[in-house]
Amino acid sequence: MAHAVLPQTDVRPQPSWMKRNKLAIAPWIFLIPALIFFAIYVVIPIFESLWLSLYEWNGLYDADGNSTATWVGFANYAKLWDDPNFWTSLRNNIAWLVLYMLAVPLGLFIALFLNQTVTGMRFYKSMFFFPFVISQVVVGLIFGWFYNPDFGVVGTIWKAIFCEETTNILGNVTFVCSRPAPDILSSPEWATYGIIAAGLWPQIAYCMILYLTGLNNVAADQIEAARLDGAKGWKMLWYVVVPQLKPATFIAVVVTVIGALRSFDMIAIMTQGGPFGSTNVLSHYMYEVAISEYGERYGYGSSVATVLFGIMLFFISYFLWRMYQDEKGGR
Amino acid sequence: MFPRPIEKSTPAARAAYQAFLPVALIIWLLPLLAILLTSIRSAKDINSGNVFGWPSEFAIIENYTAVFTQSAAAQYMWNSVLITVPTVMISVALACLAGYALAIYKFRVALPLFFLFVAGNFIPFQILMVPVRDMSVQTGLYDTIAGQFLFHAAFQTGFCTLFMRNFIKALPFDLIESARIEGIAEWKIFWYVVLPLVRPAIAALAVLIFTFVWNDFFWANVLTQGESAKPITAGVRALNGQFVNNWHLVSAASLLAAIPPVACFFLMQRHFIAGLTLGAVK
Repeated sequence: MAHAVLPQTDVRPQPSWMKRNKLAIAPWIFLIPALIFFAIYVVIPIFESLWLSLYEWNGLYDADGNSTATWVGFANYAKLWDDPNFWTSLRNNIAWLVLYMLAVPLGLFIALFLNQTVTGMRFYKSMFFFPFVISQVVVGLIFGWFYNPDFGVVGTIWKAIFCEETTNILGNVTFVCSRPAPDILSSPEWATYGIIAAGLWPQIAYCMILYLTGLNNVAADQIEAARLDGAKGWKMLWYVVVPQLKPATFIAVVVTVIGALRSFDMIAIMTQGGPFGSTNVLSHYMYEVAISEYGERYGYGSSVATVLFGIMLFFISYFLWRMYQDEKGGR
Repeated sequence: MFPRPIEKSTPAARAAYQAFLPVALIIWLLPLLAILLTSIRSAKDINSGNVFGWPSEFAIIENYTAVFTQSAAAQYMWNSVLITVPTVMISVALACLAGYALAIYKFRVALPLFFLFVAGNFIPFQILMVPVRDMSVQTGLYDTIAGQFLFHAAFQTGFCTLFMRNFIKALPFDLIESARIEGIAEWKIFWYVVLPLVRPAIAALAVLIFTFVWNDFFWANVLTQGESAKPITAGVRALNGQFVNNWHLVSAASLLAAIPPVACFFLMQRHFIAGLTLGAVK
């Protein structure tokens, strides 16, 4: 390449372009590795999914390496509208969202119960937090067995209350029950609630730890002042303590909403969406549709994912808006 | 302090509180205790429905060795280690760099980029599933360890960057300012001034990401097929199918899967909680 060469008129040593624009370039150098990585695996796939939801595709490529996807426009969404499993999943998602919210007040009450300085309190606090640390897969297995009507905890307690033990001639122990033990996870009406109850266990622990940290930082002088004014009990909690716990409550709500909409592991482990699809939620239904034994339906799966993404986006926008308000208020 | 410290109450109330604590704890951890007891029972107890009673015989060694000898549990555990450790290293390293850039430099897109990382952290996995799976198949990363840790590292970079950026933003800006006046190069400021100060954040992120990724189940199912690359969470599910109604073995395997994150939590409790409760205090 040829460049017109100008005579050097400037004799002063000019700092290089890099040096002069140091503060403008430096952030990009620091950012680029993370940005590229994040773009490849997170940002671009989101748009690919949105786009793919307008296609029908079994995930295969022809001999030349071209995708076999065919454009169907909004047909996948039209199909969703008439798909009873989709509506069941959506309804269950709402049940999850509403009932999962119980984790916030319950977490607060456990935190209040534990916010003391008795000896050994640290141990109790970490043991109460324990369920959050273990994998949801393990929690799902534990509760799957817990609910088992034959040899689980629920079954055992039920037998103790409603059943009579009899030994037949052959010496085998049998139980005669006035009411059969409930098989929670096989009941289309109750299974979802059973799974949500199991899911609440770690989530309450999470909210509890958020509130314990929050309570640690409640201004003691305000509490004392309120006490002098005669506030106590519920009134003190509601008017003095809870307002100061606002940041903790915000985070607790955020993680609970996200957790409720992301619920997948427990359902996959405990019921795999059954019985008859009654415990499906969008996240699990999407997986079931996209990768199933009946062949892969990537396009239809992507349309389910898009709906879930849309719901999540609504909450994400609100969280970001709240964060933005804080940023403006801060430094 | 709220509620009123129990030391200021009557001795009776104090005694009642202290007596109630262990009871509450046992009720709270009942499912876990039940599974712990189950994992040391023999098959005989399981079949006779002995759930809460004293085990008729202890089979702790038999059960736990059975998990390893009758299944690929050891392989699954090792795979989990191979997936989580690189994930932690890559995502924390990238987040240190990105968090520094977003916290220290004032440029127009700093806030939008920051929000991009935050938002990415909240999205449902399902919206990424098909393209990431397809990309992994295309590049030969499907059903490999690398395919999993590369994805996890990229995804967790979102959360790590959120964390790091806020942590660095809270550092006194004068430090950087004065280093700049001294004429120190930007990367040197990062390396010698900021990095030593963010060590607690690195520790907190390391334990959190370790736990998150160790406990991942969704991607293990989406990105793997056989035994060779499956982590323990997906492995436990496979064992559940293999050990049908052998609840003592399933329990033992589940508890084994839970040990590393639990150990991590108890060893680094302070960092773990500091990480989780970021933002819970103003």
